[in-house]
Amino acid sequence: MNWTETIRTGLSAVITHRLRSALTILGIMIGIAAVILTVGLGEGAQAQVANEVNALGSNLLIVTPGSTTSSSGVRGGFGSASTLTVGNATALGSRTVAPDIAAVAPTLSTSKELTYDTTNWTTTVVGTDPSWLQVRNETLAEGRFIVQRDVTDHAAVTVLASTTAQELFGFRDPVGQTVDVGTTPMTVIGVLNSVGSSSTTNEDDQAIVPITTAADRLVGGTTRDKVGQILIEATSGGTLSAAYQETDDELLALHGITSPGGADFTITTQQQLAAASNSVNQTLTVLLAGVAGISLLVGGIGVMNIMLVSVTERVREIGLRKALGATPRIIRRQFLVEASFLGLVGGVLGAALGITGALVLPHFISDPIAISAAALSGSIAVAVAIGVAFGVYPASRAARLHPIDALRSE
Amino acid sequence: MTGRADVEDVEDTEDTEDTGEVPVVDTGVYPAVRLPVIELVDVTKVYRTGTLEVEALRGISTVIEESEYVAVMGPSGSGKSTLMHILGCLDVPTAGTYRLAGEDVSSMTEVELAEIRNRRIGFVFQQFNLLPSLNASRNVELPLAYAGIDRAERHERAQIALARVGLEDRVDHRPGELSGGQQQRVAVARALVTDPDLILADEPTGNLDSVSANEMLALFGDLHASGRTVVLITHESDVAAAAQRTVRIRDGNIQVDPVPLGRSR
Repeated sequence: MNWTETIRTGLSAVITHRLRSALTILGIMIGIAAVILTVGLGEGAQAQVANEVNALGSNLLIVTPGSTTSSSGVRGGFGSASTLTVGNATALGSRTVAPDIAAVAPTLSTSKELTYDTTNWTTTVVGTDPSWLQVRNETLAEGRFIVQRDVTDHAAVTVLASTTAQELFGFRDPVGQTVDVGTTPMTVIGVLNSVGSSSTTNEDDQAIVPITTAADRLVGGTTRDKVGQILIEATSGGTLSAAYQETDDELLALHGITSPGGADFTITTQQQLAAASNSVNQTLTVLLAGVAGISLLVGGIGVMNIMLVSVTERVREIGLRKALGATPRIIRRQFLVEASFLGLVGGVLGAALGITGALVLPHFISDPIAISAAALSGSIAVAVAIGVAFGVYPASRAARLHPIDALRSE
Repeated sequence: MTGRADVEDVEDTEDTEDTGEVPVVDTGVYPAVRLPVIELVDVTKVYRTGTLEVEALRGISTVIEESEYVAVMGPSGSGKSTLMHILGCLDVPTAGTYRLAGEDVSSMTEVELAEIRNRRIGFVFQQFNLLPSLNASRNVELPLAYAGIDRAERHERAQIALARVGLEDRVDHRPGELSGGQQQRVAVARALVTDPDLILADEPTGNLDSVSANEMLALFGDLHASGRTVVLITHESDVAAAAQRTVRIRDGNIQVDPVPLGRSR
């Protein structure tokens, strides 16, 4: 008896017991769909994090004041006051000090209410210098960006991100208009292109002003040259670690710190940002996938259960087939084909359900679901494997049946 | 449906000479080389259930030759069913020798027995034992499928076998759409289709009304007339009367066994 014949026989047995087969398939199907969706959620979240981190700029290093220690989280340096200064940023911008650094942008952020005419909108106001555009990988939709002269002059000018401009001006042209940033009137000199929003921060909702303007008119405080962050762009992806080292060495030297453990600043890379977000996502994904895996296991037990029932119910048929010349191997194969067919159909339908879910669910939840071909083919393979694995025992039982006992049973 | 090739018969002659059973060769106008299809030499079967031993067969010896029509008769508990299982290669004897068409099957493995059953024996059961999900043709094709014969040939041979039992117009019917007599005829077609050495029928009329039963016996008579070897197991004497020769068994022993026809000549 060849394979095609065996497969035909197995299939006709599945079709004969439609309802029972359908219920068994349903078990596998739900398990597979659950696995595909949870893995898809995990992959979607990771892709989102990667996008968000990439949107920050390329080959980016972020220097923040204070240092993190492994157990107690953030430790503020020097009484929590910022330890980073404009001078630090300028020093890092020197080609001789740090040859692997392409651009440096110090930033000083605060939250302010922007008012134009009768419209107001609260957003993040970022004080920075002309390098910001390059470091953050942003582009201008219209107008111009802050130039060095604006910084030197403490000019009352601002560049709006796309959402902010939209909220304040609607379809009117913002360039040349005056908005009140807090209480300070500023001229809008440009609008940024949209870079896309993320769930955590909206890069399209901010207003950029010269760092000097931000320091004296918006943030206030005693020391005017303190900065909130220093953004650094390495010359290339390959020089990122060199840039990291140069930044670290230079800042330690400038701050007069001899032991690296005593650093009063923290340098974060994009990869670290991504890794921090992903580790949370991964934990959640593993947990969900575990639950989905259990439902798949239950589906597999369903296959075994139904195959055992099938063997018991068809004892006479097995006996007859043996009397007519079927060897134990052929009988075993027939039942294995049946079980793996249940698994295969369950897997394919489960994959279809998973894809449907991936298309429909994002309309109801904010998270994207990524379905990869590898996940799909993998889960179908797993479904078939489950069918086979849970079909082995029932199939061997069928194969071991003695033809006499089988024929005798009523 | 013609008999086996002459070449095979010659080979079989040599086999039987080796075993010491000298077949009578009719040298008349119609050459009829009579060979033993079944040779049982002191066959015993003991069933063990825990410490209890049941001797179902206590040394059965007989010979059934080609083209014979033999009824095995006995009351229930006589060992008749056990004998049927051994004759049908569904079970092996505890001791003794069983040769089926010259092949010693007493110590064969399960796989070898499956092959022997497929090639040499056509079964007809009391319960018909047709698969309800398959039509008549597919049911008849089943043993050919296990023999590894391709679909086209299988189908063709099934049509011939069904025509042989008068069911050429019922090939696409499922067992549920056929009467008991028709179902049993499908079973006979299935037994015939592999062109076996032996047709073994176990109470084939047990589930049939008397009209169908008579038709069935007529069919067996017909098969015998065309040169088939038929062994029919029954407990009804009027069914046994249809056979040429009746072997009566009781308590695991042969009580009455008329001299095989072949040797009586």
